[in-house]
Amino acid sequence: MTAVFTRRPGLRGIRAGGSPLHLVCLGLVALIVTAALLAPWLVPHDPNAVDLGGALAGPSPDHPLGVDAAGRDTLSRLLLGARTSLLGPLGVVVFSTLAGVAVGTAAAWRGGWLDSVLSRSTELVFAFPGLLLAILIIAVYGEGLLAPVVALAVAYLPYVSRLTRSLVLAERARPYVSAYQVQGHSGLQICLRHVLPNIAPVVLAQATVNFGYALMDLAGLSFLGLGVPALTPDWGRMVFDGQTAIQHGYPLSAVLPCVLIVAFNVVGERWADRVARRTP
Amino acid sequence: MSTTPPTDSEKYALQVQGLRITLPGTARNVLDGVDLTVAAGETVALVGESGSGKTLTSRSALGLLPPGALTEGRVDVVGEDVLDISAERLRALRTGTVAMIFQDPRAAINPLRRIGDFLVEGVTLTGSVNQADATARAGELLQDVGVDPSVLRKYPSQVSGGMLQRVMIAAALMGDPSLLLADEPTTALDVTTQAEVVALLIRLQQCFATGLLFVTHDLDLAATISDRVYVMYAGRIAESGPADELFARPRHPYTAALLASTPRPDAPAGRLAAIDGRPPDLRTTLTGCAFAARCPLATEVCEQRQPDLRPAPDRPGHRAACHHTEQLTRSSADA
Amino acid sequence: MPEYALQAVGLTRSYGAVRAVDGVSFALPKGGSLGIVGESGSGKTTTARIVVGLEQADAGEVLVGGARRASAVRGRARRLARAREVQMVFQDPLQSLDPRTSVESVLRETLGLHFPGRDHTPRVRELLDQVGLGPRAADARPGGLSGGQRQRVAIARALAVEPAVLVLDEAVAALDVSVQAQILNLLADIREQTAVGYLFITHDLGAVRCVTDDVIVMRQGRVVEAGSTSEVLGSPRHPYTRLLMDSVPRPGWDPARIAEARRTL
Repeated sequence: MTAVFTRRPGLRGIRAGGSPLHLVCLGLVALIVTAALLAPWLVPHDPNAVDLGGALAGPSPDHPLGVDAAGRDTLSRLLLGARTSLLGPLGVVVFSTLAGVAVGTAAAWRGGWLDSVLSRSTELVFAFPGLLLAILIIAVYGEGLLAPVVALAVAYLPYVSRLTRSLVLAERARPYVSAYQVQGHSGLQICLRHVLPNIAPVVLAQATVNFGYALMDLAGLSFLGLGVPALTPDWGRMVFDGQTAIQHGYPLSAVLPCVLIVAFNVVGERWADRVARRTP
Repeated sequence: MSTTPPTDSEKYALQVQGLRITLPGTARNVLDGVDLTVAAGETVALVGESGSGKTLTSRSALGLLPPGALTEGRVDVVGEDVLDISAERLRALRTGTVAMIFQDPRAAINPLRRIGDFLVEGVTLTGSVNQADATARAGELLQDVGVDPSVLRKYPSQVSGGMLQRVMIAAALMGDPSLLLADEPTTALDVTTQAEVVALLIRLQQCFATGLLFVTHDLDLAATISDRVYVMYAGRIAESGPADELFARPRHPYTAALLASTPRPDAPAGRLAAIDGRPPDLRTTLTGCAFAARCPLATEVCEQRQPDLRPAPDRPGHRAACHHTEQLTRSSADA
Repeated sequence: MPEYALQAVGLTRSYGAVRAVDGVSFALPKGGSLGIVGESGSGKTTTARIVVGLEQADAGEVLVGGARRASAVRGRARRLARAREVQMVFQDPLQSLDPRTSVESVLRETLGLHFPGRDHTPRVRELLDQVGLGPRAADARPGGLSGGQRQRVAIARALAVEPAVLVLDEAVAALDVSVQAQILNLLADIREQTAVGYLFITHDLGAVRCVTDDVIVMRQGRVVEAGSTSEVLGSPRHPYTRLLMDSVPRPGWDPARIAEARRTL
């Protein structure tokens, strides 16, 4: 079985990093996910409460991570922003993985004209850069989280479906699938009970990698002011808002979201590496 | 055919002495004191089931050991200990003195290069032979193995399995080896093709006077083609001796059981005398004889003490590691 | 006229210009055992796959119990009925079992499909017992079993369906000699107990002698000789069968002469 992940070359350097980096990132990721789940009870301040008097203040007992240029508490915005920033990529990954696996499995199992139609149409999506597609859809449907998520999910679907197709083709050629056919199991049963669980680790690894990419793409979109509504706390939006703060020597509100995004990518890539090594 | 080989170490193509190999994660030695010789020009068969250590023994002659292997003992190839020589000498040995023929010829050849390239690259790499001479020799050898020299320009996928195995034999002879290791060379082939390849191996082995170590799981095949046979079980030599004697009067219960359990087309119909159980796992330790748990003759002593490989009183070349070998010769004489 | 469990009439299958199976006919009596012997490329495996339904024949038909076996079926009931006609044991036991499924789940899955709504525990025990596996093996996954044990699981799985015919495609070829004999004996025992019919596909004439009543010899897609096993192996009439017999190593074996005979055939 040859598992061919699709990865962005720029992240190779991160993957090569030693295990301490991975452990730190893993800790950060765990912390953020827990914090995002508990955010409404954790936040010390209203994320949109403006205190212009204290704008651009550094860390203090009242504001542990400081205050941004508009006088809003960075910690509160980071925690609540985690919800939108993580929910978006999660939607992208869930949708693209489910649909991609369905398309890939159907194409590989049925073969023939269905394979041609599905494979050609997903290849067509490759022709459009994901971000461009997202900007196009947002331009048509206006602001909101749903439009960029659907757009990125469509853009990511071919990566998953192509991987699934090759994995199912390899799995299908193994005699155990013939054995189940002879036993009277239907194609659907064999796929759901045996083929998909056997290819699941590899597909999940691709999904984890995709999560990191979607996180970056969505943050990029909201940095550009697309997608997330203006007042919703979001990491990409925070980086954009924090630009002026950096110039004034208060980098925390802009830098922290970037650190977290990188941490998610490191963890995803590492998981994918481990799966790739385990599958012969 | 020599049943009492000369003692001088130079006369042996291969001489394995007390070879013990330990691998990480196993409870006992994978090879446990293996002694084996192949005289120059002699054909020796090494018989065993999977996991018996037969492949490991043959590969040790090339210094090909699994990662993490700890060795004890000597493996002399034409008087040189393979386990204790420089990497450079070992490479020279592999390109010239020792050659190996693998079970699956298709897996042992690069499918993207022409057969001609494959044949000449080994000898031209050392720089001793130039390209033209090597190609000429490859053509001659292909004719020797009964393959048309036009095959030199073909790719492996364009020829049949039987023909490819003959190409592999030709490749093995390119370096003029003193020792030829054949690891189940006919197992992947059809029976009629097997006969052809075996006939060829025997003819070439006699013609070039190479020592041949033929590794196989097929006791009948081993007995028909070789001068002497070694039977391995669980990393130890169970029995060794001249092929016809071992075949007609086995002195180890394992050999006898193997012979009885082999299905033969000309035997009377009915059930086979199968050996119950299976070979001992590498995760278990052995205190006595490795075959004791499956042996019909086993007594208390078999579980306590490992039997030595002892010669038969009337036939010094025929050795068996069994406490009750006398019982076996008596019962087979009765039958 | 004897009752036949399985009949094949004029099976033909081509791949491009190659006729892999060329007008092959045979009949397997109820509870009988028929061997198909041949070398690689003889079409024996393609014939087996047509009988099982993993390949389609270009022409000819397969009859089970006198009724024509449909080449492709839709619907659960017909699919299950078809599975109860013919079952198969494959050459490589490791590859033919799902690596993630334990021995017991393999059997339960099959029993649940074919006999839903029953307690399968006694039947699982019985099947394991029938193929000589202890209850300890039930929890193991294929990776934790030896080659012989895996093939026993594959046989138990096929028997769970209670088929009329069991197709054994080189079922002992990948096993060690001592294990091979155990499985061949097991197959003989099972046939006595259950009256299942065997279609035994092999290249090994010795194995054919152990488990079959009748045999057909195939070469290049055609049947060259057919008859009772003892007759065909005892006094082969076709030169190809004689060549096959001579090719089996035995004392006094002369490989050079066989190679010569092969070239002239």
